[in-house]
Order: sequence, then structure tokens, then C-alpha cells
Amino acid sequence: MRFDLRLPLGLLFSIFGIILIAQGLLASPAANSKSLGLNLNLYWGLAQLVFGAVMLAFVLISKKRKRS
Amino acid sequence: MQHLGLGPTDLLIIAVYFVFVLGIGLVLKRSMKRSEDFLLSGRRIPSWIAGLAFLSANLGAQEVIGMAASGAKYGMITAHFYWTGAIPAMIFVGLFMMPFYYGSRARSVPEYLKLRFDEKTRTFNAMSFAVMTIFSSGISMYAMGKLMHALLGWNFDLCVWASAAIVLAYVFLGGLTSAIYNEVMQFFLIVMGFAPLVYVGLRDCGGWNGLVERLGLVSSAHGGQSWVSVWRGLGSAANNPMGVEWFGMAMGLGFVLAFGYWCTDFLVVQRAMVAENQTAARRVPLIAAIPKMFFPFLVILPGMIAIALTHKAGQSGFQLPIRPDGTYDYDATIPMMLAHYFPTGILGLGLTALMASFMSGMAGNVTAFNTVWTYDLYQTHIAPGKSDNHYLWMGRMATVFGILVSVAAAYVAAHFNNIMDLLQLVFAFVNAPLFATFLLGMFWKRSTGHGAFFGLLAGTGAAALHHGLTAPIGAVTLFKGGWLGSVVRNYPSEMAQNFWTAIWAWSTCFIVTIIISLATRQRPDEELRGLVYSLTEKPQEGHLDWWKRPVWLAVLVAGCALALNLIFA
Repeated sequence: MRFDLRLPLGLLFSIFGIILIAQGLLASPAANSKSLGLNLNLYWGLAQLVFGAVMLAFVLISKKRKRS
Repeated sequence: MQHLGLGPTDLLIIAVYFVFVLGIGLVLKRSMKRSEDFLLSGRRIPSWIAGLAFLSANLGAQEVIGMAASGAKYGMITAHFYWTGAIPAMIFVGLFMMPFYYGSRARSVPEYLKLRFDEKTRTFNAMSFAVMTIFSSGISMYAMGKLMHALLGWNFDLCVWASAAIVLAYVFLGGLTSAIYNEVMQFFLIVMGFAPLVYVGLRDCGGWNGLVERLGLVSSAHGGQSWVSVWRGLGSAANNPMGVEWFGMAMGLGFVLAFGYWCTDFLVVQRAMVAENQTAARRVPLIAAIPKMFFPFLVILPGMIAIALTHKAGQSGFQLPIRPDGTYDYDATIPMMLAHYFPTGILGLGLTALMASFMSGMAGNVTAFNTVWTYDLYQTHIAPGKSDNHYLWMGRMATVFGILVSVAAAYVAAHFNNIMDLLQLVFAFVNAPLFATFLLGMFWKRSTGHGAFFGLLAGTGAAALHHGLTAPIGAVTLFKGGWLGSVVRNYPSEMAQNFWTAIWAWSTCFIVTIIISLATRQRPDEELRGLVYSLTEKPQEGHLDWWKRPVWLAVLVAGCALALNLIFA
């Protein structure tokens, strides 16, 4: 039985998102001078977490549909 | 160049990615029971997955790095590789060619040639393809080792062997499905890793208008050739940085090279052949075309930003590095931008995207190689009539063998750069005429096996002859052309010479195939059913929702591509 690819996609990007958000919150603001003062880690981490969560939601929805 | 220091967060991100790569292989191992599961994914992949894999299989790191380099060197005109080349070709393969690839139940592109023409045409194609994929995979490994060494100071040997071991592990375990799943992950990683790079780069230029203004300075430094328009400079070769006029562009790149690649290269066509049914297979290239047409903004735009900032510095002071001979090191565009703009954390993400794309580049080639080797060479010439289990075993062995030879090729590339140039040249000669063979094979039932085989040989010969008699201006080495002694024609650039080599090869193959076909005996119609357009039933897709029908998808894709061409004309 083949698995739903959206599951690893969702997990991978959720984990990446959480790691980047943590880095963005914990690192000193001086670390952001490279990216023109933008906290790229925080904002892009959030974007990835949202993407990962949407993928995982798709997996749950299609599982429920199969069951009913 | 100073080595880039990676923080623990960067390493953690890279490590998490590798866990997922190997995990996917391990989970898929259980479903690999027949040779078809391993080599053809059991033909059960949904079209969105196959579509993204179709797109990413071609999106090796060399492509990503090369497109950014061209973006810096030539500007927006590089988008022709997408909007004139790839997109029309992808529409064509989806609408018109996939019914024959899929409908004939051929398991590979060479096998279609066997069904349509004869054994010698197939063997010629299978052998050149097998050698070509192995060397492409080797070049990918070499490029990765070199980049990681230059950027991070990692050991070259370790990079090559470690990446070979990881690719081997996940392809050996999960076969083509594993490669395809990883290609889809790679697609999202590239988007995730490069989008913020483009954003920050654009901000550094002062937005789109700031970029255009800076590129105006680049343009005035080069005699007014435009860096922001796709079509305006194509009236004559002197008016654009690429040195190509509209006919060479549309015919050479658009028609021969792009169609030759997207329509006949098994590496990409294999991704459509694994779809669950014929309509899904036809949708694969069309679905792939939708993100593909927006990729210039992800891979070409960084190059344009880099050259713009080099001519007039932004607030961060980014500059393209300069090589010892005083020219810009265009290939360093992407790695230098990653190093310059990304703080630790997201830097790990950017590097993961690059590594993923290098490894998919290898895996894609290896999975195409093991299928062609197992079905077209081993089963046909060495050991026919064995059990399916035997071929599954052979597919796995071919994976191991293919990767070992790729490693060897990586070392050949590292020591004799010229040998690689020569090989790539030979493959260009072999590939350029192939699209003429397929076009005649699929749409003209009168074409014959002898016609196809000798047409291909003649086309390859014509490509070599053209290359030997012409040269780009200022070329020094034999590999750039003119090796037949006298140079009959000088082209303004290597790109222009390539496009015209392709045009000559294609035309020769087309004409010779027709002449020899007319002189040899045609196969009876009965044998060609399902292989030739006029003898095949048209696919019935009227009952599907409109957005599931390939025709409407194609109209949508064509409309968007046309709009992009007009907006950035």
C-alpha cells in the first residue's frame, strides 16, 4: 500500500517551520543584518508552518472521507 | 573564497531533510514486489505528483545555477528557455505524443522505437541514452562536491560518496516511486528556499522599479542591449546579449532543442508514463507546465538582481565575485546570494534546497538508466525470457552499478574537464535529430525502420559536421567548434552556434528519414495500430469535468504563457 505524499510533505515543512520560528525568536536582532534587517527566519518559518499544516489537514480530510 | 560557517540550526535542518529522504525509501520498500513496481511505479501515481516530478526531474542544481548565471549574463531573454522552449513542448507532448507513449504500453522511450520501427533504432537510442544518463548523474555529483567544497569547505570525496550512498539507499529501497516522491519534495524545497532570496534581493534593489533602473545601467554598459525584455532585441543578433536572432531562437531553441528534450528524453517522459491512466498521463506535462512558466521569477530573476546590484550597489553591498581572469563568476550567483543574504536558520533551508536538487538530479538519471538498462538492453539482448523476479533483481543491481559508474564519472569530470565537454557535445549531436524521428514515426505511417535509423545517423553526422565547420567568435578550444580545420561561419555566441547545430541536425534527419522511408518497404497498417496518429483511435475524454480534460488544460497553459511573453516582450 502506497502512502499519501502529503503526509511527509506536511511533516517536513511543519518541522522546518518550527525550527525557523524558534531560531527567529531566539537569535539576537543583530543576526538579521544580513537580510536587510528582516527577521526572515520568523516570517518565513511561519509561512512554512502554515503550508505544512495545510498539507496535514488535507491528509486528515481525505482519510475521513475514505472511512465514511 | 572564505568558507561559510554553518550554525547548529542549519545543520539540524539539513539532517531533518536526510531523515525524511531515507524514511520515504524505507516506507516504500514494502510495496516493491514486481519489476514494474520498481521501474515504473506500478503505473499508479496521481497526476499532480507525476506532474511536479516531471518538472523537477529536469530541475537539477546545474539547471538552477545555470539559469541564474544566464540571467546575470543575458538578462530576461533567458526566459525563452521557458516561455518559447519548454511550455510549447510540454503542451505538445501532453496533447499529441502521450497517447502513443502510454497507449502502446511501451515501458520506455526506446521501447516505443522498437514497437514503431525496429530493434536497431531502439538499441541505438537505448545505448546512447544509458551512457548519457550515467554521465549526467556523474556531472551532478561532481558539481555538488565542488560547490560544497568551495562554499563550506567540506571534503570533495566525502560529498561525492555520501551523496552517492544516500541516493543509492533511497532508490534501491523504493525504486522510481521513491525518486518521484523525493523530486516532489525537492520542488517545494526549491520554491521555499529561493522565494525569500528573490524577495530580499528585490528589496535590496529598491523593488522592481529599482531593478529595472539598475538593469538600464547594465544595458548602457553593453551598447544598449536590453536586460529586461524577452522579444524586443531579437530583430537581429547584434541587438541582444545572447547573440541570437528570432529565427534561431524560435526554431533552434523553441522547436528542435526544447521539443527534442521534453518530448523524447526518457528522463522526463518516464514521469508521465507512471500515471494511473492515459488521460492522467496526458495531464502530467500540462500540470507541470503551470509552475514551470513561473520559474523564471525564481531562478532567472536572482541572476538579474545580482548583475544589477553589481553595477550599482544596494544597501547591503552585494557584488558578483570576479574570477582570476577578470570576468564575472556567473555560476557563483546563487551560492553567493545565499551566503550573502541568508542568516543562519534559513541558510540551512537554502542549502537543503540546493542539495535536494543535486540529489534528485542524480536519482532521476539513475532511475531512467536502470529502466532502460533492464528492459531495453538486458531483457532484449542479454537475458530474455527470465522471470519477473529476475528483472526486479536486475533493476536493483542496475541501480547499484549505475551509481558506482556515476561516481567514477564524477572523478573523470574532476580530473579531465575537457572529456566531459566532449561527451556533452557528442550527446548534443545524438539528441538534436531525435525529435524528427519521433515526429515522423508518430504522424507519418509511411516512415520505416531503416529510414529512422539512417536518418538518425545522418542527423548526428550533420550536427558534428556543422559544429566542426563553425565557431563562436573568440573561441579558443577545439570543443567550441571549428575542429575540421576551416571555419565556414562565425556565430556571435556559443548559444547561437548550438541553436544552429540543432537546426541542421533536425532538418537532415527529417529529410533523410523521408527519402529512405520512401525507398524501403512500409510496415502493414495492422502492425502500426496504436503507434501512429492516423491509425489510432482518438482518446474519449468528453465525459470528464472540463478542468480534468487535457485540451482545456492546454488552452489555459498556452494562454498564460502567451500573456507572460507579451507582458515581458
